[in-house]
Amino acid sequence: MAAFDEMRGLDGNVRPAYGFLADWLDGVSPDALEQRRREAELLFRRIGITFAVYGEAEAQERLIPFDVIPRVLAAPEWDLLQRGLEQRVKAINAYIADIYGAREILRAGVVPEELVFQNPVFRPEMNGQRVPHGLYVHIAGIDIVRVDAETFYVLEDNTRTPSGVSYMLENREIMLRLFPDLFARHRVAPVENYPDELLATLKSVAPSTASADPTVVLLTPGVFNSAYYEHSFLADKLGIELVEGRDLLVKGDIVYMRTTEGPKRVDVIYRRIDDDFLDPLAFRPDSALGVPGLMSAYRRGHVTLANAVGTGVADDKAVYSYMPAIVKFYLGEEPILKNVDTWRCRDPEGLAYTLDHLEELVVKEVHGSGGYGMLIGPKADKTTVAAFRDKLKADPKNFIAQPTLALSTVPTCVAAGIAPRHVDLRPFVLTGRDRIRIVPGGLTRVALEEGSLVVNSSQGGGTKDTWVLDR
Amino acid sequence: MLSRTADNIYWLARYVERAEYLARILEATQRLTALPLAYTGSTNEWESAVATAGCTGAFYKTYAEANEDTVTDFLAFSTVNPSSIRSCLEIARANARAVRTALTTEMWDVINGTWLDLKRFGSGPFTREELAQFLRWVQEESLRFDGSAYRTMLRNDAYWFSRLGLLIERADNTARILDVKYHLLLPPQQHVGGPLDYFQWAAILRSVSALTSYRWVYRESLKPWLVADLLILNDQMPRSLASCYENLVRFLDLIGRAYGRQGPPQRLARAIRTRLENSRMEDIFQKGVHEFIGDFIADNNRLGSAIAEQYLT
Repeated sequence: MAAFDEMRGLDGNVRPAYGFLADWLDGVSPDALEQRRREAELLFRRIGITFAVYGEAEAQERLIPFDVIPRVLAAPEWDLLQRGLEQRVKAINAYIADIYGAREILRAGVVPEELVFQNPVFRPEMNGQRVPHGLYVHIAGIDIVRVDAETFYVLEDNTRTPSGVSYMLENREIMLRLFPDLFARHRVAPVENYPDELLATLKSVAPSTASADPTVVLLTPGVFNSAYYEHSFLADKLGIELVEGRDLLVKGDIVYMRTTEGPKRVDVIYRRIDDDFLDPLAFRPDSALGVPGLMSAYRRGHVTLANAVGTGVADDKAVYSYMPAIVKFYLGEEPILKNVDTWRCRDPEGLAYTLDHLEELVVKEVHGSGGYGMLIGPKADKTTVAAFRDKLKADPKNFIAQPTLALSTVPTCVAAGIAPRHVDLRPFVLTGRDRIRIVPGGLTRVALEEGSLVVNSSQGGGTKDTWVLDR
Repeated sequence: MLSRTADNIYWLARYVERAEYLARILEATQRLTALPLAYTGSTNEWESAVATAGCTGAFYKTYAEANEDTVTDFLAFSTVNPSSIRSCLEIARANARAVRTALTTEMWDVINGTWLDLKRFGSGPFTREELAQFLRWVQEESLRFDGSAYRTMLRNDAYWFSRLGLLIERADNTARILDVKYHLLLPPQQHVGGPLDYFQWAAILRSVSALTSYRWVYRESLKPWLVADLLILNDQMPRSLASCYENLVRFLDLIGRAYGRQGPPQRLARAIRTRLENSRMEDIFQKGVHEFIGDFIADNNRLGSAIAEQYLT
């Protein structure tokens, strides 16, 4: 199937937002482009923007490949996305509050109970638990794809510890260094204020008992975590301490960090550790990454966790299929961003359809991530499909199926020159006590292999800078 | 600042200083062993090098004999020895990475760049020329790191902890050089040894890059009691014990003032400095250089522990 190319559409005519870029790409020599590509790689390595891939024998530090050709969005496209994102995240927060509160949506039968209570990341500890200012998801990464000029689909909601924003920021810095001429010819909305927006958001959600200038920290699992670079990058840009579990202690249900001047109170923790590892006294007792007693402080309302504990109830792939209904239920509005058609294999009709059309569908694990454990029917050989069929029949509740979308493509540097490659977009939505803040664009992820639809960095995907053109 | 951050910065400085020190020792040893035996005496200089690095026990667990190959491998390239040059630079970079936010871009650039370049050196075997190049490179990188810290860090507690690490390590290193060669450092009355030891004293001075400085300070030919004076008591000499402690007291005072209180580290540092200030070489020789240095190394370690207990844990 022909994919919608964001530069040349379906008919080959250059879309207005790409006008200048298309001309520029036609005129630039392959050598010049290659040289900038190499410069970018060198800069990434010297700055140390690397990550470790789990399961690799040597755990060498790798670079996420960066493609120097930007992805361009026109102002009206972004307006639509922005409104849709705000709506979606509002609904998500209302849903989570309801799930750990009155459960109206379950009573109304809109979402089946088992989906919630049998979800391994549902946290009974959060039942009836108040959170500061009633907010659960302060930082959301909503993955967006499109198949034509008008329609944007949400592919996935990430409401636990979404990552990638450091790449969004560093990509822009590097592009500014490499292509000042292009920036002079386009009015690209800046993204560099993301750290300010994030800090304002985090401070706004401090507990009401905190001081006028709340202390915010970023809690990281440490240097061996694959996303460590981003943790240190963000802490640096935010001007806050980067702490590990062992730097914090809880005394009298208040959280403190160990400083050279003695313990200092902490009010807001931007935590990049999963719920499971947060507190060995409340969750996994073998976790060396967490802070004993953190949940006690949290329950007493003495510290804010961003994102809250238990937000995973909103971001698995089964709940995803109910999102349009969820938006309608809490906001009384039609969803602005579409959902991809989804067949739930927990339902007999969904399972039957999926088994019948396995070669055409994309089948994903409900609790999977990183692009692992999924089947892309049209690309898989007969043996893989057969094996997957067995997996599916053995545990249907664990899977959902979606049609193979022809994701849009954007021109990308490849071995043979420049060619279209499939992309998605991850904008980051910040919800504070006062308002929702969204920095224009987000992280564009690109599948570097021809025809591949897998954009995840852990499986060889790359990234691009995303330009939202000001009017 | 976070205790762990201060701890990392402190150790980062120590490891970079240690790497440079090892490079100097190896370079000085290379020079010495290039001389005919008639000029240097019968000591196994390579064995001395290991002793100066404080690794004798660990060395003989891995190797039976101390010679050029085994010692350069152990002190420069070994991944098994946690105090080899290679290990020091690896640990330094790991420390730096853990506290990137506390370092300036320039500092990170140097330490990360050094680490990336280190990979290119491989694991040998190396010719003498390659080894010499490597040792030069280590010293240059260490200077760049120190220089970037000095030139770009804000003068706050992060900077002061970095200086504390460097100074404690430096004092320890200088003391060790003196300790291994103490039998060469003779008081004016004794004339045993004579011209044979000249090259040894020169080697000692070279390893603390003080050969030329000596002449400017003393304006005499090399005399062992003046070599000892230069390295122990003379506060013009940046690597001397006196100079290290003058600065340790200064930086600990700055930290004390910034934090609004003084503690055991400040008191201990002052006590050690006072002892140095009030010492004269005659008294040190009377007590015995070896004993004096031994006491100093122990005191220096005690200060390191006091700093760790007060600030870094």
